[in-house]
Amino acid sequence: MKISTLFYTIKQGFINIFRNKWFSLASIATIGACLFLFGLFYSVLMNFQNIVKTAQEGVCVTVLFDEGISQERIEEIGALIDKRPEVSKKEFISADDAWNSFKEEYLQGYEDGFTENPLADSASYEIYMNDISMQPTLVSYLEGLEGVREVNRSEVTASALTGVNALIAYVSIGIIAILLAVSVFLISNTVTIGISVRKEEITIMKYIGATDYFVRAPFVIEGMLIGAIGALIPLGIIYLLYNKVIEYIEQRFSILTTILAFLPVDTIFKTLLPLSLLIGIGIGFLGSITTVRKHLRV
Amino acid sequence: MTKSEPRNRRKKKQGSGNEDIISMTNVTKSYATGAPALNGIDLHIKPGEFVFIVGDSGSGKSTMIKLLLRELVPTSGEISVMGYDLLKIRHRKIPKFRRNLGIVFQDFRLLKDRNVYENVAFAQRIVQTPGKEIKRNVPSILATVGLAGKYKAKPRQLSGGEQQRVAIARALVNRPSILLADEPTGNLDPKNSWEIMKLLEQINENGTTVLVVTHNREIVNAMQKRVVTMKKGIIVSDEEKGVYIDED
Repeated sequence: MKISTLFYTIKQGFINIFRNKWFSLASIATIGACLFLFGLFYSVLMNFQNIVKTAQEGVCVTVLFDEGISQERIEEIGALIDKRPEVSKKEFISADDAWNSFKEEYLQGYEDGFTENPLADSASYEIYMNDISMQPTLVSYLEGLEGVREVNRSEVTASALTGVNALIAYVSIGIIAILLAVSVFLISNTVTIGISVRKEEITIMKYIGATDYFVRAPFVIEGMLIGAIGALIPLGIIYLLYNKVIEYIEQRFSILTTILAFLPVDTIFKTLLPLSLLIGIGIGFLGSITTVRKHLRV
Repeated sequence: MTKSEPRNRRKKKQGSGNEDIISMTNVTKSYATGAPALNGIDLHIKPGEFVFIVGDSGSGKSTMIKLLLRELVPTSGEISVMGYDLLKIRHRKIPKFRRNLGIVFQDFRLLKDRNVYENVAFAQRIVQTPGKEIKRNVPSILATVGLAGKYKAKPRQLSGGEQQRVAIARALVNRPSILLADEPTGNLDPKNSWEIMKLLEQINENGTTVLVVTHNREIVNAMQKRVVTMKKGIIVSDEEKGVYIDED
């Protein structure tokens, strides 16, 4: 295809949007609304996952050893723990570390009565996981190790966080799928109307000897442009509103600021911008190409 | 119109020039219900001929035009246009085939939202003519049809005769070998009808084969061209320098 034809086709795609301006506006508005909701859900999902992740990172399993265990065996257990795929980080807390930490937190200068370390058998490993849902597997493994006296874990926190995380993901995916289906349907309707309005032009084009590609291309470009504009508008709105909403939540619910770890807008947009554009242009492309194929027997 | 031989004809293998440019052999076209629209038609047209197809409504004229445009496929028989076998032609080759034809309709079928220049240039863009050539060809063809001064006008600002001239310019701008005109004077007054027919005759004299479907008895009888008369899907007469035969 010649460059001039390509430019002509693209130009026709733009012109068609203006020729059909009310339907184009309706499509842009509906796709914009759908992608706005998509952006909203995406932002909520990403922030929630971040909050959960931050919370999960604080959840650890503590492994305490049998009395009189050798330092050698402790190191062996450490090596076995390191081999587990679910473990992201492991820290050894010696009995002295445990006592120092206890003194600092609770006794604050009243520790003079203790001549020996009362936590002599309290050396431990603090184990952090990649995925908190793997906690039961890890715990049962650790409990089976020789030399392990006790494994402390927070079962409730782990299962609650895992459950909420999965629920949010499923709900978001469901809503996003519905929004996308609605968008494809809407753009397909717009193109159908566009085709019926321009039936005569298409007939003339066919009689003169236009190729299928030449007839179809402006409709597809029109659909993709509508999709792109429909994506950019809500992205702009979300970009402007995001920080204000976060500020509002942090002020209103200041008591929760320690657990609410919000992502900065740029981090969200690093993925949301290309994803929304891709979805907008993608539904524009899919909606128009399937409709053009269906309605244009060229 | 340029006096050089049409571009597409030069490309085709037309042999000595005595071969038919349009050949319909025993062509029948039946629709799902009713009698066949065309029944065993034989029609052979040489390059450079001017032929009137006449007949009343329902005689099969429109079906014939649609078959020649490869809008329809015959139920049986053979059709060859410019060497293209219209029964065997592949779907993707149809646009290329149609570029050999210019078509003019009774209702002009101009794009109402575009001016005269754009309506004609549109036909060139479809066949991917370079922009520079479009700028050269369109004013030239508009001058040929006598509309050089009205290139900026929208169709609604033109008379019926002028609109038909734009349609003819659009049909000719790609220099087709064959011009098919389906009732080109059907919506025009006698004066404009004569002017359009004179224009078609001039186009024919420049080498383009012209096929005109019409009801206009006065013009057919006056122009002394080949006349093919159809009735109920068959050709009832085919005469050089013929006249319009009355139905009764």
